Amino acid sequence: MGTRCHVATRKGLFTIERAGTGWSIARVNFAGDNCTLVMHDPRTGNLFAALNHGHFGVKMHRSSDQGRTWQEIGTPAYPEKPADYVPKQTPSEGRPVEWSLKLVWALSPGGLDEPGVIWCGTLPGGLFRSDDNGDSWILNRPLWDEPLREEWFGGGAEQPGIHSVCVDPRNSKHVLVGISCGGVWRTRDGGRTWVQGGPGMRAEFMPPERQFDPNVQDPHILVQCRARPDALWVQHHNGIFKSTDAAESWTEIMDVQPSAFGFAVAVHPSNPDVAWFVPAIKDEKRYPVNARVVVNRTRDGGKTFEVLTRGLPQEHAYDIVYRHALDVDESGSRLAFGSTTGSMWISDNGGDGWETVSANLPPIYAVRFEKEH
Amino acid sequence: MATVRFTQNIQRHVPCPTREIDGATLREVLDGYFLGNHRARGYVLDDQGRLRQHMAAFINGNQISDRDELGDEVPDDAIVDVVQALSGG
Repeated sequence: MGTRCHVATRKGLFTIERAGTGWSIARVNFAGDNCTLVMHDPRTGNLFAALNHGHFGVKMHRSSDQGRTWQEIGTPAYPEKPADYVPKQTPSEGRPVEWSLKLVWALSPGGLDEPGVIWCGTLPGGLFRSDDNGDSWILNRPLWDEPLREEWFGGGAEQPGIHSVCVDPRNSKHVLVGISCGGVWRTRDGGRTWVQGGPGMRAEFMPPERQFDPNVQDPHILVQCRARPDALWVQHHNGIFKSTDAAESWTEIMDVQPSAFGFAVAVHPSNPDVAWFVPAIKDEKRYPVNARVVVNRTRDGGKTFEVLTRGLPQEHAYDIVYRHALDVDESGSRLAFGSTTGSMWISDNGGDGWETVSANLPPIYAVRFEKEH
Repeated sequence: MATVRFTQNIQRHVPCPTREIDGATLREVLDGYFLGNHRARGYVLDDQGRLRQHMAAFINGNQISDRDELGDEVPDDAIVDVVQALSGG
């Protein structure tokens, strides 16, 4: 099981390690700086941290010694706009989408056969690829130049963004991306061509005739089962959706209690029917139902859910768990999640019981185990 | 030659010592500065070459007006200050 976990927060990057019988904070990097995302690359052991300095912009750092030392590396940069480019107004904001990096919102290693490849999703909707472990980045033009891309719009943020990149372990040219708000897009040729995910998602926030349009969907996060990569789960603004055919189609999971709203989902690495969610009140209020932090677990592909509470605060808890702040290790037994109010919990038994690691961290954006693959 | 000075707060990320640089516009002056300090460019300008939203620049104490093209004129012997705006956390 994973014994080291990295936690990206509003005030730095924290490394949590299991020592003896409990978990504790072993290292703090970038203390005081806004660390928006962290990624561990199991192929190299490299750690990547995305920082968003309020004044000085987004920066990327890499460590090749488990976080002891760091070096600043390349930052994804949008190329110069073509002189004749006339931007469209986005449908919801009524102004053009930005053409400049606002946030690093997704980091995923390429396939085992692609050493050095890292994918990076950003606000305002550009997908970048590095072939040199993050030293340099290139915008994926086929997706950026896709006319439907200009119809993506922000969901919560003022700009649309790519928050999920799933690389198929069977074929690293098969890549899925999740966009708020732009649905799910797929490539089967390593990013040369892209097609939209199939039907089935529903966006209650749109007028009736647009609710099933794949390009207006707001998946909050998209995750892929490692052993069965055609099996996908999405925690969507509008509820929970799953696909068993690599995003050709989606099925909505209905009647989930206490709520189908939330940001995070994790799927078991070998059993696609097992997934975990952290529900909240939809949608402006955004705190746990009845102020009780619970984890929802399905073990039958979404037919039924168990509400897991042991070790989690059951009164006056207002923690929200963001989209990258829930993770499961490669065993499928150890899970971790962290909240906007700086609490972090780990389970060693698939979510049956939870240990509080800290209740005093800064607001947590991302929680990621170190994994072997 | 303009004297280019940077906010103390940038120094922990990337050293930006005060230097004297030739140039008729702010763009020319900053380009000249960043020739010798490429990493600093990304801390001051965004990927489209505009002054970052939460940065500010002054020429002889006057805030610049052209944040995108940096076309403000820089007189001989001017003092150029690159500082943080009072926004952006």
